[in-house]
Amino acid sequence: MGAVVEVGGLKAVDLLRVLPGPVPTVLVDGVSLSIRPGSLAAITGPSGSGKSSLLYLLGLLDRPTSGDVLVDGAPTAGLDSATRDRLRLERFGFVFQFHFLLPEFSVLDNVLVPMRELKALSGTAMRARALEILDSLGMAEQADKLPSQLSGGQRQRTAIARALANDPPFILADEPTGALDTRNAAAVFDILHGLARAGRTVAVVTHDAGLAATAGQRFHLVDGRLVEPPKVA
Amino acid sequence: MIPRLSVPLPISIAVAHLRARRRQSVVSILGVALGVGFFIAISGMMHGFQSYFLVQIVESTPHVLITDEYRSPPAQPLELLEPQAALDLRRVVARDPVRGIANAQAILDALQAMPGLEAAPALRGQGLLRRAGRDYGVTVLGIRPEREGKATQLASEMVAGTLDALEGATDGVILGSLLAAKMAVGLGDSVLLASPSGGTARLRIVGLFKTGIETLDNGQIYVQLAKQQAIQGRPRVINEIRIRLAEVARSIPVAEALERRFGYKAAPWEETNSRVLSVFRLQNVIIYMTTGAILVVAGFGIFNIISTVVLEKARDIAILRSVGMPPATVTRIFIVEGMVVGAVGMLVGWVVGFGMAEALRMIPAPGSTDPTQTLRVDTSPLSFAIAGGIALLTAILAAWLPASRAARIDPLAIIRGAA
Repeated sequence: MGAVVEVGGLKAVDLLRVLPGPVPTVLVDGVSLSIRPGSLAAITGPSGSGKSSLLYLLGLLDRPTSGDVLVDGAPTAGLDSATRDRLRLERFGFVFQFHFLLPEFSVLDNVLVPMRELKALSGTAMRARALEILDSLGMAEQADKLPSQLSGGQRQRTAIARALANDPPFILADEPTGALDTRNAAAVFDILHGLARAGRTVAVVTHDAGLAATAGQRFHLVDGRLVEPPKVA
Repeated sequence: MIPRLSVPLPISIAVAHLRARRRQSVVSILGVALGVGFFIAISGMMHGFQSYFLVQIVESTPHVLITDEYRSPPAQPLELLEPQAALDLRRVVARDPVRGIANAQAILDALQAMPGLEAAPALRGQGLLRRAGRDYGVTVLGIRPEREGKATQLASEMVAGTLDALEGATDGVILGSLLAAKMAVGLGDSVLLASPSGGTARLRIVGLFKTGIETLDNGQIYVQLAKQQAIQGRPRVINEIRIRLAEVARSIPVAEALERRFGYKAAPWEETNSRVLSVFRLQNVIIYMTTGAILVVAGFGIFNIISTVVLEKARDIAILRSVGMPPATVTRIFIVEGMVVGAVGMLVGWVVGFGMAEALRMIPAPGSTDPTQTLRVDTSPLSFAIAGGIALLTAILAAWLPASRAARIDPLAIIRGAA
């Protein structure tokens, strides 16, 4: 895949996210952070600390109650839904704990989904690019298989390939290794590191302290607030 | 599966969903197909029956019938004198007991001068035919055979003898074929005709006709006009002018024009046979409602399958939304699913309808004396188009509700729930 050189990165400015209700729940409480391009940032914290909520805000999947997310320096809080949808399609790739692959589509077809939605390339170019991405992840052999015919690690690699489809500068991963064994988890982390080295901005929510220790930047959340990360032994 | 990338993404996903639920999809498609097929076949059969019947009516009855009646009774002198007064007139008796069309010859001459129109005078009355001690109530029409031959199809409806034979026979009579069979009489036999006013005449049968309309074949006879006037005791009176038009379709405007001009009631065949036509209209409503109901039920089937798919595919919808697919495109996926079911159902339904119509055409027509006569089924491109259009519309409407619900799915709620 082509190296992405984008200067700017992802910045959170005083992000607050409150779930309204009879008893309002504060998910993210005044978080400000900056993720550098070309770095892998790990977001850690105990369960329910708001890691995933922060990631969804950074990825424009959710709107903050107040504060803003700067994408390459541009504020996003005032954008309408259609523009945010478009921005996600062009600039973000998501990997979730569960692969969320379309079960009726082959591996190749799943990778093609974001490209076909973007419609920036010709059919032949799309297919060539999808196969190239799959090849770089060691998945070229599986291109015609259905997700149900893959192992857990292979499915997650397919999901990563899909996240890379439109060559986005930002890759956001929510516990991408949560459902994998140690060996597969390490492999997925290696891939994410590789993406960061190639110049992308990568943010990973993870429980795994060992993996988090390898990250270039670390953000630790407790009760929705950013705190000093605990020292790793 | 080789992806066909020229196909828009929503269509690919929609087709993949339907293929994954093959049995459900096939049942939904069959529902639509049966609706479309029945619609085409049954409406074709009804239209066939109705147009057969209409041809019979149009051929056997005058296109416009002028009678010695007024659409509204003429105003009484007192009413003309005091138009504002609240009058209550009772026991008004017609001035002229021998009713008929006044100045008939002048009207006939005027009609004769009009192009595209043939007119024949007639005196209609009741009578009793007596034969071998039994009486048969009949409608007696006194006609001028030469004119009648031009204004109606009587000449071509003769099954024995000719209309011309009546022209030369002052004591001739033409009977309906069913009546003749009932009375066990044939050409050359004589019968006795009596009128309510007491006149009688011995008549000789010179012809038999068959229109296919039972009330005529079983109860109508023709004699010469002068003979009828004598028997009924109404000399030189006619009470009907029977008109045939070159263009049947103009019957209503022509009738209106004639009524305005001559004052007498001029009824187009649509009015004379309004009861039959209103039965046809009712028949059509019933057919469209019942066959439409099949399509509505098919619509529920489509609603059902797409609702299920939307529920099952919440995760897929969530990932598509998070990838950046706008809600409108998500809606399109499921609308397309409905349209695919509707369109395939329509095509299969066309084949089913065509086949059913062909099968119906092989069934012998009930009540027909000719064994080779089969059911007439009129299928038109229009009936195929209407059935297909209703099917597609139903399918889109049925898909709309679940499809718009799919667009409202919050991707975050699903992603959070799965984690």
